[in-house]
Order: sequence, then structure tokens, then C-alpha cells
Amino acid sequence: MRFAKLARIALGIATWVLTSTSVPAAQTNVAVAANFTEAAKEIAAAFRAKTGHEAVLSFGASGQFYTQITQGAPFQVFLSADDARPKKLVDDGLAAAGSRFTFAIGKLVLWSKTPGLVKGEETLKATSFAKLSICNPAAAPYGAAAVEAMKALKIYETLQPKLVEGATITQAYQFVETGNAELGFVALSQLTGTDTGSRWLVPQELYSPIRQDAVLLKSGASNEAATGFIAFLRGPEARAIIEKYGYVLDGQS
Amino acid sequence: MGGLSTDLWQSVRLTIELAAITTVILLLIGTPTAWWLARSRAWWKEIVATIIALPLVLPPTVLGFYLLLTLGPNGPGGLIASLWGGRTLAFTFEGLIAGSVLYSMPFVVQPIRNAFVAIGDRPLEVAATLRASPRRAFWTVAVPLARPGFLAGAVLGFAHTVGEFGLVLMIGGNIPGRTKVLSVAIFDFVEASQWREANILAAGMIVFTFAVILTMTLIEKRSAGVNA
Repeated sequence: MRFAKLARIALGIATWVLTSTSVPAAQTNVAVAANFTEAAKEIAAAFRAKTGHEAVLSFGASGQFYTQITQGAPFQVFLSADDARPKKLVDDGLAAAGSRFTFAIGKLVLWSKTPGLVKGEETLKATSFAKLSICNPAAAPYGAAAVEAMKALKIYETLQPKLVEGATITQAYQFVETGNAELGFVALSQLTGTDTGSRWLVPQELYSPIRQDAVLLKSGASNEAATGFIAFLRGPEARAIIEKYGYVLDGQS
Repeated sequence: MGGLSTDLWQSVRLTIELAAITTVILLLIGTPTAWWLARSRAWWKEIVATIIALPLVLPPTVLGFYLLLTLGPNGPGGLIASLWGGRTLAFTFEGLIAGSVLYSMPFVVQPIRNAFVAIGDRPLEVAATLRASPRRAFWTVAVPLARPGFLAGAVLGFAHTVGEFGLVLMIGGNIPGRTKVLSVAIFDFVEASQWREANILAAGMIVFTFAVILTMTLIEKRSAGVNA
């Protein structure tokens, strides 16, 4: 009698655990360029809801991930902020050649928390600010794009003493967010869902398009979740999320 | 060596400057603090000692996060910066000094405090019976006897400031010549796949650290020999 009751409780707990957590079918580790953080989280959630597979996301600077991957970091998928590093990984034999594609084209924004501060390129030319935040141009493509845009406007030399660098675009954003820098170059995706402060969408002709490529790494070739995630990223659901975060899709710019 | 980026040597110089200034400030603040911690009978002195020791255990990101807020325009740092028309103490050499002083404080205070405690009451009482004023006793008895503690504190404070990374990364803004110290420069070179430069700096750090630890050990050994 007592044993039957215990068994029933145990069975109840077991079914509850099985049904409520729904153990994912497979798992993959994805290295995500920091600018794509919010979009990637949403895509991973949609991916899990649809396939049951779990994409475990790590965020950082593309340059940092490239270095780590060449040293055998346990990632199966790499969502870069540029197309150069995924291409290099293919050339190095560390990524599957056919898997590389542009999942998003990023947009650069000059942003300030102060309403009315950023009006356009004249804001940069007036230089009436103390600190301008960008991300490390050597490791993060958005930083390189910011430098390119400032050079195109012929104000890079003037602004250089005012530049502060974050290790990633997230840190560049956070320097502005905490008010330590009055304004900064960030990714449009980071401003999705908020209209605080003032912003200027940097015209595309001032910098080369930030083509963000995804690539399936060699270690993910036989991982169902990894190949599934790459396929999902090409699909309509993921594309809708990517567009929602202010990116342009390849072939539409 | 002209071929190597000037960036590299600039960061070496900057790091030495930062560590040297931090060490001097720490000796100036740390000595009276350590003296008080060693001699006071106040019930709350261990609370003060604990607060000073916090950076030993806390991740540098905790200090980095709060410093970013306090140094910024909405914190006291912004207020101080506004004295000379600045906006924030983050991204400045002065801001790094403030962070380093907090961060390396326990490494200077603790060895000096221990050295003061080790002296005991006796030598100071003897000095008093010989009519030395407390001030004179401090300078002519306590400080010379605590010399190994001062040496250890200075070396550790300097070395620990050279070794800090997370804090500088969070509040520095990576500005060459002002906040781009060695550890951040190495991180940068690795991220940008410039391994030759990264190698030069990293190998240099290993040699430096080796020398520091060896020196420390020798100082300790010598002072133990003196006491024996």
C-alpha cells in the first residue's frame, strides 16, 4: 500500500520532469559577434521551439573568436560581424566551404543618450564633445567601419584624441549608456526597440557594407543541431527576426 | 626595434608610470592605515580591514562596474572632472590611478600591518621609557623594524598594478599613451592576430613576474635570517 503510493509519487515526478523541461534533442555551441546578441537570442529561442535543438550562444568580438577558433575553441557555428574572418577560416580548412553565407548586412549608427545632440555629420564636424566611443577597429568590424566613415568625412585626425575604444560593440554601447562618452558609433541592432536619445544613421556610401557571414565549423559538420541552426538561419523565420533588428538581408540592399 | 609599433613601448612606459605612482600613493595612505590597524583597539577595525581586503577576492569586474558608474558624469568622478572642465574620470590616467589604488590596496596594507604587529609593544615601550615621543618612536623604531613589510608591500603593490587587466579593460577605453597598459595591449594584439607583438610583451611579463617573485622570496628569507 505504502510502496504503491511512493511509486505513484515517483512516477508523477518523473513525468513532470520529462514533460516540463523537454530535454533538447541535440546541442551546439555558437560563437556570435556581439552586435548580433539580441537577434541571436531570439533566433535561438525560435530554433529551439521549432526543432527542439539547443543553440548555446557565446558573445564576443569577431577577432577574438577567430583567434580562439584557430586554437581549437569548441564552437560548431560562427556568426561573424564581417566576411573576412569566416573566409579565412574556410581557407585555413577550419570551416566547411559551402556553408558560408551572408546572414545580415549591418548598419552603423552614431548615437547619444542626450536628445538633440546627434544631428548628423555636422555633429562630428563641430567636435563639441569630449569622448566618442567606438569598438576596437582591429578586432571588431563595426569599429573598422566607424574609422572608415570618419576618414571619408575627413575628420578622423581631428577626432582621434577624443576616441575611446571598447573591446566589443557591446562595450562601445555601454560607454555611451553609462554617460562616460557623450556619443558613440554603435550597431543599429543595439538600438532596436528604443528611441531614447538622438541618432544618425550613417549613410552607406561612407563605409563598406558590413557583410556579416555565418559559417559551419569543421567540428560541427556531423552535429545535427549545428547544421540545423545554419539551415534555420537561412529560413524565413530567422530572416524576419534579422530584419526586425535593423539589418538588411543579402540581395536587398 | 624601430620596426615594432611605438604603441608597444608606449604601453610599457605607461604601465611602469601607473604602477610607480600607484605604489607611492599606496605607501602614503597605506602606512597610517596599517599602523592604525596594527595598534588600534577599536571594535570596528576588523570591519575596515575586511573592506580593504575585498579586492583580493572580488572579481575585477565588480570593481570595474562600480567604478564606471562612480567615475562617470553622474557620479563623484564626473564632479571632480568638471573642476578642470572634464566630463568623466573614466578613460583618464587619473581614473586608472584611482582604480589601481583601490585594487592594490590590500597588497600593500597587509604586509605592512603584519610587520607592525610583529614588532609588538615592547620596543615601543622601551622607546617611551627613553623619553622618545610617539612620533619619534614611530619613525626611529617602528618604521626601521618594519622595513621588510614596507619592501614586500611596495613590490607587491607595484607588481599587482602591472598585472591588473579586467578593471582597466572596463574603465580605460584603450587609449594609447593614456590608458592602454601592457595587459590590455597584449589582449589587443592577440585579438588582432598580431602574435609577434603579443609574444614580445607576454614573454617580457613572464620574465618580470619571475624576477618579482624571486625578489620577494629573497627579501623574506633575509628578514627571517635577521630575526633568527
